[in-house]
Amino acid sequence: MNAEAPFSRPSPLLQVRGLTHRYGPHIGCRDVGFDLYPGEVLGIVGESGSGKTTLLKCISGQMEPSEGSVEYQTRDAGLIDLFRMSEARRRLLMRTDWGIVYQNARDGLRMRVSAGANVGERLMAIGDRNYGHIRSEAVDWLERVEMDVGRIDDMPHTFSGGMQQRLQIARNLVTKPRLVFMDEPTSGLDVSVQARLLDLIRGLVRTLGIACVIVTHDLGVVRLLSHRLMVMKGGSVVESGLTDQVLDDPQHPYTQLLVSSILPV
Amino acid sequence: MADVIDHPNRTAGSDGRATDARTATGYNFAYLDEQTKRMIRRAILKGVAVPGYQVPFGSREMPLPYGWGTGGIQVTAAVIGPDDTLKVIDQGADDTTNAVNIRSFFAKTAGVATTERTPEASVIQTRHRIPETPLTEEQILVYQVPIPEPLRWLEPREAETRKMHALEEYGAMHVSLYEDIAKFGRITKSYNYPVRVNGRYVMSPSPIPKFDNPKMDRMPALQLFGAGREKRIYAVPPYAEVKSLDFEDHPFTIESWEQCCALCGAEDSYLDEVVTDDKGGKMYVCSDSDYCEQRRAAGHRGDGGDPSYAARHEIPTDRTADGDAS
Repeated sequence: MNAEAPFSRPSPLLQVRGLTHRYGPHIGCRDVGFDLYPGEVLGIVGESGSGKTTLLKCISGQMEPSEGSVEYQTRDAGLIDLFRMSEARRRLLMRTDWGIVYQNARDGLRMRVSAGANVGERLMAIGDRNYGHIRSEAVDWLERVEMDVGRIDDMPHTFSGGMQQRLQIARNLVTKPRLVFMDEPTSGLDVSVQARLLDLIRGLVRTLGIACVIVTHDLGVVRLLSHRLMVMKGGSVVESGLTDQVLDDPQHPYTQLLVSSILPV
Repeated sequence: MADVIDHPNRTAGSDGRATDARTATGYNFAYLDEQTKRMIRRAILKGVAVPGYQVPFGSREMPLPYGWGTGGIQVTAAVIGPDDTLKVIDQGADDTTNAVNIRSFFAKTAGVATTERTPEASVIQTRHRIPETPLTEEQILVYQVPIPEPLRWLEPREAETRKMHALEEYGAMHVSLYEDIAKFGRITKSYNYPVRVNGRYVMSPSPIPKFDNPKMDRMPALQLFGAGREKRIYAVPPYAEVKSLDFEDHPFTIESWEQCCALCGAEDSYLDEVVTDDKGGKMYVCSDSDYCEQRRAAGHRGDGGDPSYAARHEIPTDRTADGDAS
C-alpha cells in the first residue's frame, strides 16, 4: 500500500478493515480494507456486479456488512465504528458530516418540494428556524453549483438530468460535510453535461477540502477526479494505487483489460 | 341487570354501574364490551404519560363508517361514566348530523345525560373545533382524528415515521412550511396545523382550524385524540405545553376577520361564512353554535351581517337584516 504514503496525515477520516458482505451464499464484496484521509478523493472502479455499490452502501452506513469494521473520525470522539454507534448518532452523522449523491437523482431529492426546500432541508433538520437565513443559503448554494437562481421555487422534476445532479450536490454540501459518497454521479448524462458536472465537482472538492468516495465504471471520471483508485472484480479489490499509476501502468490482468477496453474517439 | 348482555369477563362487583337501568336493551354500558374499554383505557393512560405519542390500539368496528368519528366514539365510550354529561360538536355546531347521532348513540347505549352547553358538559367529543368557552379541569375533550401522523405527507412509510418520531427527526416538518412561504409569502396551512407537545413529539391536532391551536396550549382540560381507522390514540395532559411550529422570522399567527359575528357580535370567535342569497350576500356567524347562543341569551346582538358589505361591493340590496330572527 505504498499509495498511501503521499497522503499520510495524522489520522484517517475513514478506516475500513476486512469488510465482507454476503447475500446469502453469494459474496457481495470480500475482505476490503482502505484508509481515506481528509480531502482525499478515492475512486472505485469495476464492471457491473463487481461489488462496487455493495461496498459503497456498507461504508456509507446504509447497509451493515457481514464482517469487518468501518470506522469514522468523528469531530468530538475520535474513530468510532459506524455500526457500534447509536442509530440516532449515525443518522445525524449522515445528514450533517456526510453527503450521499445517488446515481438516480430521484433517490436523493425530494421530488415534490421546490429546489430551495431541497437545499434547505438539511439546515432545517439540524435546527435552523430562520426562513431568511435558509433562503439565502439556498440561493448561495444554487449559485455555487452554477444553477439558475431564478428556478429556486421550481420542482426538481422540471429540471434536466444534469441540473438534478447539481441540485443533489448542493443539497448535500449545504451543511459543509467532510465526506461525500458518490454513486455513478455522471451516468446517464450526455458527455458535455458530464464534463461540466465533473469540472464542478472537482472545483468544489478542491476548494472545500471534502474527502470523497466515487464509485463509477467510467475510467474517465476517476482519471479526472480521484487521487487514488481501487479496481474491483468479483467482490475483491484486485489492484489499488495512485490513479495515474494504475491507469497508465496496470499490473493485474483485469485492470489491463479494463484500461484497454476504453473506446478511442 | 337483566337488560344487559353479560360479558364473560365482566365481574358484577367491579362493574355494577354498567348495568344502569337507563341503558337500552341488549347493549353493554356505552356499547363497547368491558375488555375493549379496558384496552382503550390502557392506551389512553400510556398516551397521557407520553404526551403527543401515538399509541397503537385495537380499534373496533363501530356502527358508523370510518371518517365519521369511530376513533373519538371509542375513546368517549372508554372514559364516559353514568354520571357524566356529554356534549358532541361537529365543526363547532351541536345540531349537525354527526353530532346529533353520536349524542343519541350514547344517550341510548350509556343512558348518560347530554347537553349542548359547554360549561355543563363533563365529556365533550369534537370534530374539527375546540369550544370558544374556556374548558376546565373537570372536563375531557375528545377529538376525532382522520390522519394522526403529522409526518405522513412527507414520509409514506410507517416504519420510517416511527423512527423519525423516536429520533426526534422533525426537520422535514419545516420543509412544508418553507414551501408555503416560498410560494405565497406566508404559511398558508390553516387547519391541522402541526404542533410540538411538551417540547418532544410533533403531533397532528386533528383538522381544527389553526385559530384553535393556542387554546390547546396549557389547557386545563384533558385532551384525548382517537383515530379509529388508523388505530391510534394520543393525548395532551392538562396544562401541557403545545407549541405550533413556525419560523423565527415568520411566527405562527391565527386567522382574523374584519367582521364580528352577525348574530351575537362576538369579536373573539371563529367565524363561518354563510351565503344568504344568490346576489353575493353573506354573513359571518360564530362556528361555535353554543357560544353564540349563550352570548345572545346574555343580551349581545350582532349587526345582522355586515351592512357596509353590499355598499362596498356595489351589490343592489333588497335583503333586511335577518340576523336577530332567532
